[in-house]
Amino acid sequence: MSHIEINIRSKTYSAVESATSNKVIENLKLTLNTNEFVCLVGPSGCGKTTLLNIIADLDKAYEGQVLVGSNKVPPKIGYIFQNPRLLPWLTVRENIELVLQEGQSVEDIDSLLEVMKLTQSQHVYPERLSLGMSRRVSIIRAFAVNPDVLLMDEPFVSLDAPTARQVRELLLRLWENRPHTVLFVTHDLREAIALADRIVFLSAAPMRVVSEISVPLLRVEREKEACIDQFRQQLLNQYPEIKRLL
Amino acid sequence: MKDYRRYLPLASSLIFLVLWQVLALYLNNRALPTPVVVAKVLWLECVSGQLPFHLGVTLLRLVVSFSIAMLLGCMIGITLGLNKKLDAFFDNWLVIFLNIPALVTVILCYVWFGLVESAAILAVVINKLPNVVVTIREGARALDQDLLDMARSYRLGRRKTLVQVIWPQLHPFVMAATRSGIAIIWKIVLVVELLGRSNGMGYQLHLFFQLFDVASILAYTIAFVIVIQLIEWFVLKPLDKKALRWRR
Repeated sequence: MSHIEINIRSKTYSAVESATSNKVIENLKLTLNTNEFVCLVGPSGCGKTTLLNIIADLDKAYEGQVLVGSNKVPPKIGYIFQNPRLLPWLTVRENIELVLQEGQSVEDIDSLLEVMKLTQSQHVYPERLSLGMSRRVSIIRAFAVNPDVLLMDEPFVSLDAPTARQVRELLLRLWENRPHTVLFVTHDLREAIALADRIVFLSAAPMRVVSEISVPLLRVEREKEACIDQFRQQLLNQYPEIKRLL
Repeated sequence: MKDYRRYLPLASSLIFLVLWQVLALYLNNRALPTPVVVAKVLWLECVSGQLPFHLGVTLLRLVVSFSIAMLLGCMIGITLGLNKKLDAFFDNWLVIFLNIPALVTVILCYVWFGLVESAAILAVVINKLPNVVVTIREGARALDQDLLDMARSYRLGRRKTLVQVIWPQLHPFVMAATRSGIAIIWKIVLVVELLGRSNGMGYQLHLFFQLFDVASILAYTIAFVIVIQLIEWFVLKPLDKKALRWRR
């Protein structure tokens, strides 16, 4: 079980050499069900990455409570950062093997490399990879730990459209084979519609939930651009307040 | 063709030797023996076993004090680099130790602990330690926070994080501390031997100084420089090459 309950009363950053502090998050309440794919959409700088860092336990300086899974067993978290954060001194394969827990099988890595079309590059150092390839490696690394929760922070930003689409499809294929709770940050509404069970719209800082919208489209329907565009238009007509958040 | 560049270091060494020979012949003074004389002394000292013995003793002191200084220096440097409060507290101590002259530390160690081997090693370690700490601390301050966050989010654990994430980032700083360390330490070891030991290069040099035996002084110096150069070629360079193989 890996549902997430978020109840953050406030999160502030102190401005450098100043007594004032910036409130980034205020009264944010959000619940994610087990194996649900949720996309967070909000203007840049609103605090989405901060929220992911709080869930990943990288940031503990906030008021409130974040519950991931049950309290007894700490959940396994796969975090795909905005930049791939691969260790440049380890090869592709070594980067992936690094995050495996003791006793965890390495056989999965072969199939993940194959799905992501990186088998040929597994013994290459990251400096020799393109950005798209590096992002795919970071996705494999996140899946290799068999995560209960997957956090993704705009993982396709700065990729060209065909590459982003290709990696997105590969990601969905992996997720459908091994479902788990996903929190995906993006500012691209089309991308959110293509991926999410539910889209959560967030305000500018201090961040709070503006609206939550379920995406009723079937996965096959989402493969068609026209279908996604139509749903997007429908959303914008129905919820005009979300226009300023994009 | 630029092949001749490969022979430039050899050519410059030969020219240096020729100039030295010409100058020594011209001056014809005991204060500057010819390279041929120095080479003869070097050979005789090697054959007699004197030079290998004293060189070996000095190298042993160098290796022991260098290892202790590097190990402690890395541990303290990483700790200070990652902990701002400790760093602020100990910063003044570092500045003080950095500025104490080597000779003072050596004399004090001998006065306080006697003319014993451990006092000699301690004096060298105290002299070198602040340099290592400062260099490694800079490395630890410059660690990539993104990579450390990655390690934390994937719960890599302390050992994996240190070996796989932190240590490779510190490598250039460790190599800088190693190179400057070897260069400084062997000079301090000679002072330590000169002042309070009855063997080693420093002791021998002191003896030759009293006998005004410049040829032996130069012969011992050349032997030591050759050994240090061999360490650079066969230990440090291969280490560098292995650690940086991922770079384009």
